[in-house]
Order: sequence, then C-alpha cells, then structure tokens
Amino acid sequence: MSEEILRVKDLIKFFKTTQGVVRAVDRVSFSIQKGETFGLVGESGSGKSTTAFTIMGVYPPTGGEIFFKGVKLTGGVKSRPLSLKKDMQMVFQDPGSSLNPRHSIGQIIELPLKVHKLYENNRKERVEEILKMVGLPLDFTRRYPRQLGGGEKQLVAISRAIASEPSFIALDEPTSALDVSMQAKIINTLLRIQKELDLSYLFITHNLSLMRNVATRVGIMYLGKLLEVAPTSEFFIKPLHPYTKMLISSIPVITKEEEKLKPERIISRGEIPSPVNVPPGCAFHPRCVECQEMCSKTEPEMIEVEENHYVRCNLYIDQSK
Amino acid sequence: MNETRFRFLNEERKRELVKNWRKFSSNPLSIVGLISVLIVLFLAIFAPWVAPYPQSWGRWVDFNNVLKPPSWTNWMGTDNFGRDIMSRIFFGFRYDLMMAAAILVMVVPLGTILGLIAGYFSGTFIDTIIMRVTDVFLAIPSLVLALAICSLLEPSLFNSMMAVSVLWWPWYSRLSYGIAISLKNEYFVQASELIGASTPHILFREILPNCLSPIFTKMTLDVGWVILIGASLAFVGLGAQEPIPALGNMVSAGTKYMPDYWWMTIFPAIAIAFTILGFNLLGDGIRDLLAVEEV
Repeated sequence: MSEEILRVKDLIKFFKTTQGVVRAVDRVSFSIQKGETFGLVGESGSGKSTTAFTIMGVYPPTGGEIFFKGVKLTGGVKSRPLSLKKDMQMVFQDPGSSLNPRHSIGQIIELPLKVHKLYENNRKERVEEILKMVGLPLDFTRRYPRQLGGGEKQLVAISRAIASEPSFIALDEPTSALDVSMQAKIINTLLRIQKELDLSYLFITHNLSLMRNVATRVGIMYLGKLLEVAPTSEFFIKPLHPYTKMLISSIPVITKEEEKLKPERIISRGEIPSPVNVPPGCAFHPRCVECQEMCSKTEPEMIEVEENHYVRCNLYIDQSK
Repeated sequence: MNETRFRFLNEERKRELVKNWRKFSSNPLSIVGLISVLIVLFLAIFAPWVAPYPQSWGRWVDFNNVLKPPSWTNWMGTDNFGRDIMSRIFFGFRYDLMMAAAILVMVVPLGTILGLIAGYFSGTFIDTIIMRVTDVFLAIPSLVLALAICSLLEPSLFNSMMAVSVLWWPWYSRLSYGIAISLKNEYFVQASELIGASTPHILFREILPNCLSPIFTKMTLDVGWVILIGASLAFVGLGAQEPIPALGNMVSAGTKYMPDYWWMTIFPAIAIAFTILGFNLLGDGIRDLLAVEEV
C-alpha cells in the first residue's frame, strides 16, 4: 500500500446559528494516498466544501481528528506551524475573489515564496517558471487580476497554490465558476502538474461526469455525512447506496451504449433538507426509494462491503466483511 | 519586446484615466467642486503674492482706512483695524486648510488602523474593546465634546485641532471596521492565511489597499466638515486667536459690527461656505466615480 498523506477520522464541524445548530460535517472519515485524487461529491449544502475548509483549518473543527503525513493537526490555520502551511494548499471556487485586486500577478505568486523563504536569490525567475508550468504567458507578472479572464485567474490561483511546493492541494470546485472550454484546460493542467509534482488532491465538485475523469476514489456526501466511498470505476458501475444510484442515474447521456452502462433510472424526489433539521435515523430516508421501517429509526454505520468499498446504508448491514 | 509591453500598459492606463475623467466630468457639479477647490488651494498657497495687501494678515493697523465698505481699492472692504478683508480671507484659507490637513493626517491613519485591527479580529475581545471605545466617542455630540475639550485647555489653534482630532477618528475606525469585516471572509484573505502570511501583512498589504478608495472619498468629504467645525470653534473664541486670520474668528470679530459693517462678517462667511461646498461637491464626484467602478 502506498504512503498515506491525509487521514480524516470522525471529523465534525457544527455551526451555531440563530435557527439552531447546523451539522455541516458529521463524523466524516476518509484517507488520501500519495499521488491520489480523492473526489468528494454531493449536492449544494451537503458539507463538502466545509470538509475541505475544516481540513485546511479555515474553520477549526468541532471534533474528530485530522492526520497529515501521520502528524495530528489541531485547531485553526493560525495555530498551525508554518512548515505545514507550506505543505498543504487550497484552490478556491471563485477565482474572482481569491486574488487580491490590488496586487499584480507577480506579487500574488511571489507571496508564498516570500513567506516560506524559498528561492530568495531568484524569486522572479521562479515566478516565471511557475507561470510556464501552468501555461500562462510570462508578461502576466505585471498584470492585475481585473485584466484577466476567469480561467486565467484560476490558473494564477493554482500557480499560487503550487508555489510553496506543497504535497497536498484541496481543490474546492475549481471549475464550477468557469465556462466549459476553460474547465477542460484547468482540469488538464491540474492533472499534468499532479504528475509532474507528485501531488495529492482532495477534489470537490458536484459534477459527476467530471469526477469520473479525474478522481481515483470517490466519496459521496449527503447532509454532512459520507454515504459511500469507493474506487471511481466501481462507484460509477456498481454503486451500492440508493442515493448514489439516484445521482448516477440522473447523469444525462447521449448514446444508447452509455445508457446501458448506467444503473436503472431512479427518479429523484424531494430536495436536500436543511442541515439544521437532519432527519432522524438515516439522513437520506425521506427521499430514498428503498426506504424501510428501520431507516427512520436507526442510523446505519459505515461498513466495508467489498474491498475498499464502504457504504453507510441499512440495506447492506449484514453484508459487512 | 520589453518596450512594447511598457507602451501597452501605459496606453491602457491612459485610456482608463480618460474614461474616469469622462465619468467624473459628466456631472457638472463635480466640475464646480473641483474648480472651487483648485481656486481655494491656489489662493491659500500663493496668498502672500496674490493678496493685494499682504501685510493685512497680522498685527497691522491703518487708522485711515478703518471699516471702509467694499470699493475698488478694497474689494471686500476693511475691518476695524483697517486691514483688507480679501487679503485676510486668502490667508484664512491657508490656516483653515492647514488645520484640516493636520487633523486628517492625525486622524485617518489612527482611526483606519484601529478599525482594521478590530475588523480583522472581529468577535474577539480586541474587537470589543476598540469598537466600544469608538461607540462611546460617536455617542457624544461632536461639537459639544470639542467645546468641552477646548474650554478645558488653553484656547488656541493647536488645541482646537487636538479637540477635533479626538472626536473625528471614530468615523474612520467605523468605516475601515466595516470593510475589514467584509474582506476578512474573502477568499484572497483566507488564501494568504493558508499560505502563512503574517498578521501585519494581511492587515496592511491585503486588506488596507482595498479600503483606500472609500477612505480617500471620506477624506475629501470631511475636509469641508473639519473646516466647518474648526470655524465653529473659532467663532465661539475657542479656536485660533487674534491676529491669526482664521475664517471662523473673522466671522466672529465681524458680528460685533453687524449690521452696519456687514462686509466684515458676510465675506468670510461666504468664503467658508464656498470652501465647504467645493470640497463636498468634489467628494461627491469622487464617490460616484469609485462607487461605479467598484460594482
């Protein structure tokens, strides 16, 4: 088995609001291996972005443990050591607000080098090298974010993330704000630099087709809970959880052959409830087509049904390995 | 290749300037404001050369020309010491602008930095301490507080400046506090936190540059108000003292001679109104310009 980069164990993040406690991330556990892309999918409000933000320390976790390269992480980003910040980076969803409008692209990419005291004698050259790596023209160093398009801004954000030479990057819906042609370019760049720099990704998206092409393993989230974790091929060909089946059967396809590959069509019903009022028992039971009596009472545990294929569903409770 | 790039950037900047100027000048009131401010600035800077009787600024007595009404020799008349009112108004611009500039130079950095710190650490005890103190200062009517401070201290130009400064900084900490709170959750601030940038870097390099345009706009609008409050203090005798020709104490000195020698009061009063109006119109123009740009 390869080296483990990140392990998250029973991660909990609750937010107190005036309407009650929002259970944004509720006992989520997974691990990411070196060089792997772990995908997190889910509807809006399922807590996938919050999971990434909590791992990065933007929000201090309410409970649970995070291990990065075997070292336990505690608290928020400000209490973490500098060496750790060098090693894990993040790319945000909205490239428009992730770059300071008053800084030139050169200044933006130079910041991680300055903070971590890297390439002190030839920073300018290093910035140009990074730009070359992501495929941006070198004269961008003098430009400002407002002079760039959305995709170019996202490439700059990626450049900033790789500038400190991290081994892990959390990608929070890096393409959802961009148009389709730009999406392909960003994804190709991300996959290329992953190989070149031996990076591990936590890739968050709600786009299942994209996930299929990018991730090595996929986890699906619903109301802050991880419902199923499986290697990508298995996840799409043989999904176990009714929620996964529902989502995968809803991917639009063009040809009949593709249609055959999909599980039988399950009409999605209802909408994701508010994370303030999580239904009792299995959180998904009000929308589940295979809902049984016990589902509204007992919450299923995560069980390994097949090797590396975990599911949290009462239907498989006696198939545990 | 280097040169073409430079020219490209230069041309882009030029185009932007032209665009901004068009936007600014589309409102005639902004132009009026700009011209008034330029006139006041010109007269203030070149007062010793522009004023027809420069000796009138200070202790100067000319008993042959006491309380002369406006005429071709003294366009705005003379005061009770025979000094030329118009010359004194030009020097008055000097004192009032210098006072406003000195106050803003003290107040703006102080208020802005306090607000930035409170906003960035919002929700902590630092925020509570700074903002509650700010609230206390905002709760007291500013003129009353200024009067109280001035009357406790010796009445002078310097002390009245201190008094206005004490009551003016909370407005800037309020302003930058609000901006800092909203910027704190922007991705670019979070990104610099994740990179590991220091708190001073985040405060002054990431957040502060994005506060500057509203602060600059508020400064332009405030010049008028600071002049007004300074003139009010001078009017009640708590500001600049004779023979300094601050516009406020010129109005005040003239009231004793109202209504017969009206020019002693009316012209300095018009000068105050002209200055304040000019700065306010200019500030409004700048605000419109920046607001449109930011949306």
